[in-house]
Amino acid sequence: MSSLVASGGAVAGSKPGWRASLGWDGTTLLVLPAVLFVLAFFVFPCIYGLILSFMPLKGETFDNYIRFFSENRFYSTIWKTLLIALPATLANVFLALPIAFALRKTSKYQRVVTAILVVPITLGTVLVAQGLLGYLGPNGWFMRFLMTIHVIDEPFRMTHNYIGVLLSLIITGFPFSFLLTLSYVTGIDPMLAKAAATLGASPWTQFKQIYLPLLAPGLAMGFCLAFVQSFAVFPSAVLLGEPAGTTRVMALAVYQLAYEDYNAPMAAAGAMVMGAVQLIVVACVLGLRGMFYRGPVGGTKG
Amino acid sequence: MATGPIDGNFEILKLDGVTRRFAGITALDGLDLTIKRGEFIALLGPSGCGKSTALNCLAGLLPLTGGGIWLDDRRIDVLRPEQRGFGMVFQSYALFPHMTVRKNIGFGLMMRKVAKAEIEQRVTEALRMVRLEAHADKLPGQLSGGQQQRVAIARAIVVQPPLVLMDEPLSNLDAKLRLEMRVEIRRIHKELGRSTIYVTHDQDEALSLADRIVVLHDGRVQQVGSPEDLYARPANHEVARFMGYQNSLALDVVGGADGETKLAGPGMSVQGVGHVQSGRAVASIRPEDLVAGAEGVNTIDVRVTGAEYAGREFVGTAVTQDNQPVIFRSPLRISTDELVRLSVPTDRVRVFAESQR
Repeated sequence: MSSLVASGGAVAGSKPGWRASLGWDGTTLLVLPAVLFVLAFFVFPCIYGLILSFMPLKGETFDNYIRFFSENRFYSTIWKTLLIALPATLANVFLALPIAFALRKTSKYQRVVTAILVVPITLGTVLVAQGLLGYLGPNGWFMRFLMTIHVIDEPFRMTHNYIGVLLSLIITGFPFSFLLTLSYVTGIDPMLAKAAATLGASPWTQFKQIYLPLLAPGLAMGFCLAFVQSFAVFPSAVLLGEPAGTTRVMALAVYQLAYEDYNAPMAAAGAMVMGAVQLIVVACVLGLRGMFYRGPVGGTKG
Repeated sequence: MATGPIDGNFEILKLDGVTRRFAGITALDGLDLTIKRGEFIALLGPSGCGKSTALNCLAGLLPLTGGGIWLDDRRIDVLRPEQRGFGMVFQSYALFPHMTVRKNIGFGLMMRKVAKAEIEQRVTEALRMVRLEAHADKLPGQLSGGQQQRVAIARAIVVQPPLVLMDEPLSNLDAKLRLEMRVEIRRIHKELGRSTIYVTHDQDEALSLADRIVVLHDGRVQQVGSPEDLYARPANHEVARFMGYQNSLALDVVGGADGETKLAGPGMSVQGVGHVQSGRAVASIRPEDLVAGAEGVNTIDVRVTGAEYAGREFVGTAVTQDNQPVIFRSPLRISTDELVRLSVPTDRVRVFAESQR
């Protein structure tokens, strides 16, 4: 690496080299593996899929997209997926915020509760779906408990429908939202809230005026990550949902096109639409994020 | 009882046996103090002496574990910080990073639901007082340390609190700025006519700023008095140490009369002001009063362990024959391991009974 830099310098002579003018040095090469990885496994498949989507099995260039937006069984998946992913994401972000806020001070509870809340990460979607099927099913503990305390007389359906998928997405997505939010909350100097208190701010005002504005960019980031994760929902939509009806999500439709209809170009078009919808939502949220203060969250320059 | 912050001034603030324990450790042990309106009080002590704990208890950021705080006839230690309405300047400044300087300073007024036009006018006034008019619309991150510090002061005083609390506000500044800000703080205190409690570990700050100094050590008050009082008549060797008597030598009492005590130790013979009957005693001596190489009544034989050039003179560190550290000044070059006889005039030595701890 050093020889590369040296030869670059030698070529440039006494004038600053083009590498130096770009702020590059030997360590710049360290990003190379990641760049290669992204090129090989993200950029190439994306471009391949994009081109493929414009080469329908029969018909004109844009026929796949025209078909996607004219047939109800395709375009309806956009709303169905958003209808699951957005509430699940919002629920996760707004459940994580108060819990992370309550645990912002380092204590033994913080570690214990964090450990318990993070367990679902280790379980995986399929295990959670399987567990919920039994637990929330008509003869599951949950229904029997509700009937025992006479809240309900007849079991109602919580699995093989929208509710089941939503719950499973919240359970599997929550740990990520929580950990992310916790790291943002604990990053805020607690002296700021104390300073606000001495100036007359009640605990609620301290939260509203100090914590919330400083957390907003982090919450937006957490929203984006949780949303992208929920939007790609597949296993729980099949196992816990109603794959032919309310939970026929985009990923499922694309899967069926690719591996049941063997129509790869049409599947590629579906995947492209899916990506575009995610990008639009993420871009909107990040656009909102730009309206908030995004500098350091300490009380001083340090 | 009103829920809003306390408004208006007070005659007497009384701390009555204020105590704070942390998991078995007593950080502050029965602090009694009466503060009159307009006084500037310095809480002076080494780190861990309880001075910041005392300040946090006053601000309401730490609940007391014993005692009470009274503002005239009103018990205030039961109030939450936002109900006390004392202005506080934090060591780390704790400026709100997402608000402009103007918003930061106006925060307390906004919390008090002051009309917009009046906030504008009072903030402008406060900006003038701390000389930051040109920086009103910047974020704290764009300011230098000294400017941030002045924003913190302006934010605390703009609400005209009955009491301003300052927690080592100058400790993050460089020496030159510290001297400038010291003058500023004194000027602002005079201009406002409110009471100030100022926590510091720097005796120069305490001596130059305060009307009265409270010296704390291990959570207990050692002495309360005017700067002149403390400087001339420290009550014990802990206070003496803070008043520049950096050397504390533990010695045996061998005699004494007329308010003076004669002490001796290995290679040491010292007579000083202060009466101790018998047993062990501590002789407190300022480094600048020790003269190297001169003969006199009081002599201390030391071995030099280090010498530092300090411009006008050398600052020597040394140990006595029984390994007690000594700091002294010498106009002549000294070198390590050199044996030096130090002497000191009797009226420059203060003798205290060894503390009972």
